[in-house]
Amino acid sequence: MSRRSLQNIAIVLLIAVVWPVARQIQQRFANESAPEAVESRTVVREVALLNVSYDPTRELWQAVNAKFVTKYESETGVKLTIKQSHAASGSQARAIADGLEADVATLSLWPDLDLLRKKALIKAGWEDEFPNGSVPYFSTVVFVVRKGNPKGIHDWADLGKPDTSIITPSPKTSGNGRLALLGAWGSVVLQGGSEENAREFVTRIYRNVPVLDTGARGATVTFSQKGIGDVHLAVESEARLEVRESNGELELVYPTKSIRHDPPVAIVDAVVERRGTQDVAKSYLDYLYTPEGQVVIAEHDFRPLDAEVLTKFADRFPKVELFTVEDIGPNWDAVQKKFFAEGALFDSIYQEIHRSDSAK
Amino acid sequence: MSRRKSLSVLPGFRLSLSYTITWLALLLLLPLAACLMKAGSLSGEEFWKAVWTERTRAAYLLTFGVSLAAAVIDTLLGLLLAWVLVRYEFYGRRLMDSLIDLPFALPTAVAGLVYSNLYVKNGWLGQFLVPLGIQGAYSRLAIVLVLSFIGLPFVVRTVQPVLETIDADIEEAAACLGATRWQTFYRVILPALYPALLTGFTLTFARALGEYGSVVFVSGNMPFKTEIAPVLIVARLEEFAYAEATAIAVVLLAISFVLLGVINFLERWNQQRST
Repeated sequence: MSRRSLQNIAIVLLIAVVWPVARQIQQRFANESAPEAVESRTVVREVALLNVSYDPTRELWQAVNAKFVTKYESETGVKLTIKQSHAASGSQARAIADGLEADVATLSLWPDLDLLRKKALIKAGWEDEFPNGSVPYFSTVVFVVRKGNPKGIHDWADLGKPDTSIITPSPKTSGNGRLALLGAWGSVVLQGGSEENAREFVTRIYRNVPVLDTGARGATVTFSQKGIGDVHLAVESEARLEVRESNGELELVYPTKSIRHDPPVAIVDAVVERRGTQDVAKSYLDYLYTPEGQVVIAEHDFRPLDAEVLTKFADRFPKVELFTVEDIGPNWDAVQKKFFAEGALFDSIYQEIHRSDSAK
Repeated sequence: MSRRKSLSVLPGFRLSLSYTITWLALLLLLPLAACLMKAGSLSGEEFWKAVWTERTRAAYLLTFGVSLAAAVIDTLLGLLLAWVLVRYEFYGRRLMDSLIDLPFALPTAVAGLVYSNLYVKNGWLGQFLVPLGIQGAYSRLAIVLVLSFIGLPFVVRTVQPVLETIDADIEEAAACLGATRWQTFYRVILPALYPALLTGFTLTFARALGEYGSVVFVSGNMPFKTEIAPVLIVARLEEFAYAEATAIAVVLLAISFVLLGVINFLERWNQQRST
């Protein structure tokens, strides 16, 4: 073989490696990257809103914004632009605390929004500003398994089998990771198990986690594209998307009970007062609770509050008995402290795994 | 004053020095000072509790261990590559020469994803390696591999110009004086390359210590096993524990500073010895 053809082969190989990876990166970073503003509509003279949200809501907010902007313009004549920013929920909270000018914050977990109250950016009692504790929709943690469910995973207890490899992001850095752990915990203690049983069960699960990704999308890529693991613990909307895009390679499994994911919304008072956007921010978030808004939410695989809309989309949302974070601990702060703080339950589980491994 | 003037015949000493110091202060010292101040808001006991647990020690050890391994690999591999690029004429040399810089241009997260995709059990290389028991993804080996990729240009680019200045005449002279090939390499070429190699090694090592973007994709982030110190920092940030996070950063900085100091000292010692 001549040098020239060798070189050509080398170039082709290089392109062959870089291209699929570049595409994957592009997909991945389209969803999980540093905060990035997406302009949903450009108009000449406008009132502008910035909605700072968490990762998997990108498509949801694009749809909501498009509808709300049209509605708002026809009702008030004001031209409105809504920008969205997406990244991990915790880092979005930090960004707002550090000065990102968000008019509304729509984050994944209660502690992330409450950080803004602690920083005096939103007023105490923000949970009562909108219906249902300022939670316009909910979701839950479900299982994604490989085609045909070869490991026979039907409920939480099946995750404890010794040869079952589980993919879930790290609870230390990911909100979905936290929900998954609490789901596993609740599946034991809320069915009569003791905390000791729950701890033992959760330890068994994390012993069989081969990769702890830092974010929810990372875990999705690890499971669906790299083919690692037998079951992926994912939030329903993420899971449905993952299964849809797998061309039949993956299946959804609904456990009988699971944890309820309640992503809260709030107006960032300090910002809207300065910018004079209180009213529009309020009607923006109110819109989420209207039947129209609830339909958009359901179309994006998040469970709507509105009973009628929920019935209409019932085929998307199989019945799961849901328990809340409050059923596990008195409130989020206590749960955070008990499970995820430095040196708390999650860390001590790994300490234990490490000890028993090095004792072998 | 007069002494300083005698140091240089070039004008503009004070102007250029003040520019340098301003930039240094703005770009380097200010962020470092902020880091130290944040960590300083903790009491001594809190600081110690944040930075010195079984888990953080495992992470420091891993971070420095894999960085060292990557730097050693890169030094050997980089020397070889520089040698081939400088001493041999072959078709495609130019292309190869420009490819060397690719790791600098590529976002490190891309490198991380490429490596983990290649070495997982259904990846191109992984399908052959995993059955042999070689885990090139989600293991310590994976971290070393990706760090060696990222650091490689440093050694090549520091050694290459030095190697170019060493004429082939010198090797011929050594041969005429009866040196074997190994003696020529060991006694004649290597001493001349030593400072450049050490610089390349230091750069690679320092770069690897701070690497985050690529490592999180290949390591698996398992506590005590493949969790590097920067991942711990991010975990603490997620808890909104800024001070504790910077405390870990300060410890990393301090250890790196000491290590780099030692390497610098070695370099100077070597220079003094050889003159």
